[in-house]
Amino acid sequence: MSLLQIKNLSVEFGNAANPFRAVEGLDLSVNQGEIVGIVGESGSGKSVTMMAMMGLLEGQGRIVADQLEFDGKNLLTISAKERRKIVGKDIAMIFQDPMTSLNPSYTVGYQIMEVLKVHQGLRGAELKARALELMELVEIPAPKSRLEAYPHQLSGGMSQRVMIAVALACNPKLLIADEPTTALDVTIQAQIMDLLVNLQKERNMALLMITHDLAVIAEVAHRVAVMYAGQVAEEGVVPQLFRQPVHPYTQALLSSIPEHSKGAHRLSTLPGIVPGQYDRPKGCLLSPRCPHVQPRCRDERPAITPHQHGAVRCFYPLFDKEAS
Amino acid sequence: MFSFILRRLGVLIPTFFGITLITFALIRMIPGDPIEVMVGERTLDPVMHAAAMKRLGLDQPLYVQYFDYVSKLFHGDLGASLKTQESVWNEFTTLFPATLELALCALVFATVFGLLAGVVAAIKRGSMFDHGVMGLSLTGFSMPIFVWGLLAVMFFSVFLGWTPVSGRIDLMFDVQPQTGFMLIDAWRAELLDPDINAGAFKDAVMHLILPTIVLGTIPLATIARMTRSSMLEVLREDYVRTARAKGLSPARVIFIHTLRNALIPVLTVIGLQVGTLMGGAVLTETIFSWPGIGKWLIEAIGRRDYPVVQNGILIVATLVILTNFVVDILYGIANPRIRHAK
Ligand SMILES: Nc1ncnc2c1ncn2[C@@H]1O[C@H](COP(=O)(O)OP(=O)(O)O)[C@@H](O)[C@H]1O
Ligand code: SF4
Ligand SMILES: [Mg+2]
Repeated sequence: MSLLQIKNLSVEFGNAANPFRAVEGLDLSVNQGEIVGIVGESGSGKSVTMMAMMGLLEGQGRIVADQLEFDGKNLLTISAKERRKIVGKDIAMIFQDPMTSLNPSYTVGYQIMEVLKVHQGLRGAELKARALELMELVEIPAPKSRLEAYPHQLSGGMSQRVMIAVALACNPKLLIADEPTTALDVTIQAQIMDLLVNLQKERNMALLMITHDLAVIAEVAHRVAVMYAGQVAEEGVVPQLFRQPVHPYTQALLSSIPEHSKGAHRLSTLPGIVPGQYDRPKGCLLSPRCPHVQPRCRDERPAITPHQHGAVRCFYPLFDKEAS
Repeated sequence: MFSFILRRLGVLIPTFFGITLITFALIRMIPGDPIEVMVGERTLDPVMHAAAMKRLGLDQPLYVQYFDYVSKLFHGDLGASLKTQESVWNEFTTLFPATLELALCALVFATVFGLLAGVVAAIKRGSMFDHGVMGLSLTGFSMPIFVWGLLAVMFFSVFLGWTPVSGRIDLMFDVQPQTGFMLIDAWRAELLDPDINAGAFKDAVMHLILPTIVLGTIPLATIARMTRSSMLEVLREDYVRTARAKGLSPARVIFIHTLRNALIPVLTVIGLQVGTLMGGAVLTETIFSWPGIGKWLIEAIGRRDYPVVQNGILIVATLVILTNFVVDILYGIANPRIRHAK
């Protein structure tokens, strides 16, 4: 049984007269101990999906789903209070910009100990010892003195390590990392990514890794979902999806990775951007940008359809072309 | 932090001189000198006028008068009232507790209700409560104190008879000024002499309510609006999302993670209200015949009592500046970025 099971999730913003579906008909499952990657351009609904699941969109977005289950608990019907016992404890999340994700008014120590106090009721010496242990776990040098540091005294990479320490404080079963390295220096990116992957292996927790860095995903993830304009365009297990992408969008994304491209074709990504609230096409959401578009694509929306190694949302998937 | 304090102190000195210059000039720009005003409608003998002016040192050129004034200040001499011959400092310290009591009550009133209204309006953004608070605060903010004060007196005191019209306490009580704070003095008087003074404390409170509300209205509106917008801004911060993602209770998210940061700019605004309160006290005290420094200064201006006006305003302005200075330092303490700056 999956640890996390999402079926047909939609998230709607705006008022009833002018609704905007940031996420539409999304299916996703994560098993215990698995690394699942989510990729897609900015604005394709990756963060909104995660925030919806964590209950962080309260008062902003309307959420509907056929199923939204974590560890056997139905997140759709659960009370806010019950949800707060899971969120931050069994599901933890780290964010894109670590420098703004820590509260500037409190010390690093306070912000780590806070979760331990709230979720595990730790106090006194035990609490402090556990906080130190966590700082060591995420490889923060001089943890004792850093406990007293304020966020503005830390670098971006160090802040992200603190965020990871906070997230891991209660031994979560699922860690969601929403573009955890996008805001960091290139050299730091690899360190943080290694740290996350090592911690995942050590603790056998599930890791949902959101990124637009396909190279990283290809290296570490077991499965990948490619999102486009609020939908999953393609989903599949890792070596196959990268060897034989069947959705035109996945293929375009892959060809934008330097290793996969040859010489002048380096920037063969699709022209244009992800359609937003006002420019969603009537048919397939990719149709205005798709190099393989057919007349049918402009009128109808394709449904997501399973195949041998995954699922794809396209009328004309690229099985044959790749095989030949 | 230390250089932060030094920099703030450096600004104080020119400000201080600016004030002496402005009050000195302004009071002399009003037509009529102390002697003319005293004589009033009666005809004034030019010779006697000149002699009186000479006695007061007002026959000297302006720059000599100013220099004289400032050099006396440096010797700690604040001069004496032309009318009572009492030293300005003594008159000030006698009257100031009345103003301070009123201003403090108004500030507490404005802070408590302003913060409360601002926080709730921000949390319930777009609700009826939010619109109500914002509408009322805009009204309160734009209503001149004089109009609002007179309307309040007419309605609550005259029409409804809920509160007394003027003064600090009813004349039937025998309250000796000990601290100068009527609430404390009345309370003591009631304890010491329960027969005569039963109900004195309540009477003092009743006298204080309406002036407090009238004087506190503009600060209340300002604090409420500032709190609301500051809260809304902080609620959008990434670290508030982090707090919620940690599974913290809504109360923790609001009070520990949002309000703490939202209060930093509000604190400065509260500090700035001290100036507003002093200005407002002048009008409020006049409306309610409140025997404080506001009323004292207005009367001194009326009779062109140069030493009282110049030095009275100087003392008040210095107090306002010092308060703002303290607020600046508190701001530094509340904000780790400043506290830890070299
Ligand atoms: N609170 C919100 N209100 C309205 N629209 C939102 C909100 N949050 C995100 N969106 C919109 O939803 C879409 C998906 O955003 P997001 O999930 O952040 O994309 P990404 O895949 O880059 O993480 C975007 O068009 C964004 O503008
Ligand atoms: S359905 Fe048509 S437009 Fe959409 S991705 Fe497939 S080929 Fe392209
Ligand atoms: Mg995002």
